[in-house]
Amino acid sequence: MGITQMPPDTQMTALDGNVVKADFPILTQPPKGGKKPLVFLDSAASSQKPQVVIDALSHYYTQLNANIHRGVYDLSEAATDAYEGARRKIAQFLNAKSPREIIMVRNTTEAINLVARSWGGASLEEGDLIVFTEMEHHSNLVPWHILAAEKNLRQAHVHIDDEGRLDLDEYAEILKQEPKLAAFTHVSNSLGTVNPVRQMIADAHAVGAVAVVDAAQSSPHLPIDVQDLDADFLAISGHKMLGPMGSGALYGKKVLLDSMPPYMGGGSMIRKVFLDHTTWADVPAKFEAGTPAVGDTVGLGVAIDYLNELGMPRVWAHERDVVAYALEALREVPGIRIFGPKDVQARSGVVSFALGDLHPHDVAQVLNEQNVAVRAGHHCTQPLMRALGVTATTRASFYIYNTPEDVDRLVEALHEANRVFTGAPSPATAVARKGEPCRKEWDARQFDG
Amino acid sequence: MSIGGDSIYREIILDHYQNPRNRGTLDPNDYTYEDNNPLCGDEVRIDVRVKDDTIDEIAFSGQGCAISQASASILMEIVDGKTLDEVKAIDKEELLDELGVDLSPARLKCALLSLKVLKAALYGIDHANEELDEV
Repeated sequence: MGITQMPPDTQMTALDGNVVKADFPILTQPPKGGKKPLVFLDSAASSQKPQVVIDALSHYYTQLNANIHRGVYDLSEAATDAYEGARRKIAQFLNAKSPREIIMVRNTTEAINLVARSWGGASLEEGDLIVFTEMEHHSNLVPWHILAAEKNLRQAHVHIDDEGRLDLDEYAEILKQEPKLAAFTHVSNSLGTVNPVRQMIADAHAVGAVAVVDAAQSSPHLPIDVQDLDADFLAISGHKMLGPMGSGALYGKKVLLDSMPPYMGGGSMIRKVFLDHTTWADVPAKFEAGTPAVGDTVGLGVAIDYLNELGMPRVWAHERDVVAYALEALREVPGIRIFGPKDVQARSGVVSFALGDLHPHDVAQVLNEQNVAVRAGHHCTQPLMRALGVTATTRASFYIYNTPEDVDRLVEALHEANRVFTGAPSPATAVARKGEPCRKEWDARQFDG
Repeated sequence: MSIGGDSIYREIILDHYQNPRNRGTLDPNDYTYEDNNPLCGDEVRIDVRVKDDTIDEIAFSGQGCAISQASASILMEIVDGKTLDEVKAIDKEELLDELGVDLSPARLKCALLSLKVLKAALYGIDHANEELDEV
């Protein structure tokens, strides 16, 4: 998995979150309404953007903008160069063999839908078995549900253990039934669990399954090498890794991409169009119908430059430092229950928790009053929430610009939440007292981290 | 502990959240409806018994954030003993005035869930949606 791929680098200097933060104007602007300075702990949903990325968008639209490909004038060629340059940067960032293996999409969701519609549509048949996991984001569940319903596919699911790690014994058992597809996330967006995807891919290949990796939560945080992982498909979202919203990519092995039918039809993806039929362009153009998000993709290229300058091993080391500090500090908050792996080495910069019997939205609201931005809800992982026995969690997620001081502000705000709601029975207890059954909402204490 | 002026968790909300009025279910009932708010996962069910076109008994059940549950409890106090015509005339402003806090658009859905459920129970979901949707 990603962690073990890092080159040993004893000279690696630690990243200073405060220095990084200075590059992000939204994090350093004066707070509004007399609030404390913003502590942004929702990067798992979408990261903030450094000034260089914001400038790149402005530069693109002031100096380069024109529709790409087939333009013979200077601007169109400059825009095409910038767009294809970004594709090369993404390919290098993921260590793809060729930029032709990188398909530009809006986000991870679109990437996985592309695989499901195109590869799945052409390669899967009634009765085929597909396997995915209980911790998937809806974007790696729903496309497979749709396909399974259309084609009468069989499904198998890998469940989680009491620390939110995949049950790999169950995965091995399922593989014995020879599924055609194994889809799993590299890093859980709700729990931060880092899955051993390299081994999981190898195991899938051993039974002839194609492996699809959702890397939305790993590509911003740790070095990824698609050749080392041997992933068949791997999906990333640009907006989670400092890039503009609307930028993203699907990596696919060229031999697979070549064999697949188009996803959408239209301009740019054709070789020849006749009145009654069409032949397809080569990859990647075959999968990029219509005008793409050129400016946003160029911005993603600059975001990747920025990450490369920091160095992905340093990014990952910094996040582990912050999350280790956070796990320690959060333990001091009365009533907190932390979900996910206890071992800090087995998790990314995502910390989901429950605070007493409080609803996560109430916790998040009090935190917002302290200008600490966290996410509360099911995080688009309803099956996982069900497995945890909750309807929602409060989630703090850390990135390159977060510091131990940010963690301190989170802890302080959680103490405030406890103070606001202190001292009286929760509605759940009130119901139980009247002799009515209490809804199973907060039965997750066994996950206490 | 008094709460800062910025907090939406005023004493009335905490009081109703922690000591909900008319919490439970009525069986049998004349009207019942249940709905949820996808943002917070709030669930509210309201059961009503009517006598002489007046609300004779009313109860709510469910789970969710403090705003949704306190608002349901406050709504019970507002409508208990009112005629059906009077209940029909209750608008969202009346409930929000009782709550007495400025809510973001997202949290308005929490606050108004109980009113939507009550109106849907008594007059149908189309009526409830028409009346409450533009928040």
